[in-house]
Amino acid sequence: MDVLNPMTYDAEEDQLRDRTKYSQMDKHIIPVEFQQQPVSTGTTIVAVEYDGGVIIGADTRTSAGTFVMNRFTDKLTPLTDQIFCLRSGSAADTQAIAQVVTYQLDFLSAEMNEPPLVRIAANCVRRMIYQYRDDFLAGMIVAGWDKKLGGQVYSCPLGGLLVRQPVTLGGSGSTYIWGYLDNNYRPNMTKDECYDFVLKGITLAITRDGSSGGCARIAIINKDGVERIDVLGNDLPKVFDL
Amino acid sequence: MSSIGSGYDLSASQFSPDGRVFQVEYANKAVEASGTVVALRCKDGIAFAVEKIITSRLYESGSNKRIHNVDKHIGMAVAGLLADARQLLTVARDEAKQYKYDYGVSIPVKYLADRLAMYMHAYTLYGFVRPFGCFILLAAYESDGPQLYGVEPSGVTYAYHGIAVGKAQQTAKTEIEKLKLSELKLEDGINEAAKIIYQVHDEVKDRMFELELSWVGQVNDGKHERVPTQIFAKAESFAKASLEEADDDDDEM
Repeated sequence: MDVLNPMTYDAEEDQLRDRTKYSQMDKHIIPVEFQQQPVSTGTTIVAVEYDGGVIIGADTRTSAGTFVMNRFTDKLTPLTDQIFCLRSGSAADTQAIAQVVTYQLDFLSAEMNEPPLVRIAANCVRRMIYQYRDDFLAGMIVAGWDKKLGGQVYSCPLGGLLVRQPVTLGGSGSTYIWGYLDNNYRPNMTKDECYDFVLKGITLAITRDGSSGGCARIAIINKDGVERIDVLGNDLPKVFDL
Repeated sequence: MSSIGSGYDLSASQFSPDGRVFQVEYANKAVEASGTVVALRCKDGIAFAVEKIITSRLYESGSNKRIHNVDKHIGMAVAGLLADARQLLTVARDEAKQYKYDYGVSIPVKYLADRLAMYMHAYTLYGFVRPFGCFILLAAYESDGPQLYGVEPSGVTYAYHGIAVGKAQQTAKTEIEKLKLSELKLEDGINEAAKIIYQVHDEVKDRMFELELSWVGQVNDGKHERVPTQIFAKAESFAKASLEEADDDDDEM
């Protein structure tokens, strides 16, 4: 953009504006009724700490109104090798936040010559959400492993709060499974018990929440790295379906 | 010992023909002219001892301290020009504050030492500023143990087990090397550091001096502070007692 003469026509900027205009991009792919709906990760996200790491899980549906835009989304986004964030809310906002924080952590780990702490990652996410709280719609969970405090789960919901919790839920589907958590979560569960807890929770939420669906993506993060497990639709645990 | 710069020592932006930056070396001279600072990295903490030379009886005791806090958990001891050190202390505190604001956790001392070193180094590059005439020591007790860093006027930084800077640095270094630092507990380290200061203090050239002692370690949960009055008194009497012992030994010979 020409700073000295702002009224001059700038072909590059004009083309950029055209390329990113929502309806123009998708008018051949998405039915007309859904083009004006914001794309949101309706979502159910779950994260739980266990002794030695964390287990995180999410559903795989991205919706634009009632249209399922992506039925196998990956909402488990890596911020560093051993820190992940779970995204709920507006897909664009959460992706932007994840990108910026990934850059910040990359820079920091180069300066410090060691992987960043989970708390630092959670703080960067929380700072962004708080700073743009009037513009963003992003509820995120940051979970991972570092060598100082082991496995940690931090909740960074809408307004810009940061709180560490041993287990936490997020997204629209979470409302249906708080009762399940209250009834079934116990502190100091083993890794397998936590895995079953996360998988069952996501399945129950998918069954009841329209904005959550598809499959379940789960990741286990500990000192040895990240293990990713995708549980496809027909492999989800059986739930009594009326 | 002193070499003549002869024309290549007028600004920090010039190298000499044999590849030295004389202004930085002169800054080190300023450091060597100040009262001695001794720092010991013990098994469970770090002890600072500073020989604060008093030039006049009219000064209020306790003025112009040479040990400061950067954040709750990091202590800074300075040797050299105190006014330069004051600016560096402000810079260090700003860095610590900014880190905490950006990342939500206290600044690791290694990172702070690097940032301070980068700052001090910047002043060795240009002709219109002069290098800082002080040697900064940073100490903290972090999750992986006690850490002691030193930053020179040139902007170089090292991690230390033990270090002495200032007038009597050579003598003090010899004394430090006699200690087994990896097995020394912090309470004993304080006494040893005070003893070294008393031993290397030059009674003839600098009459009066004040001893400053501080510590950070497991004993105070990683919070850097001046030692409590009883510990201070104990360390001082230990130091004075060992001086007399040494005097007695001399007499016997």
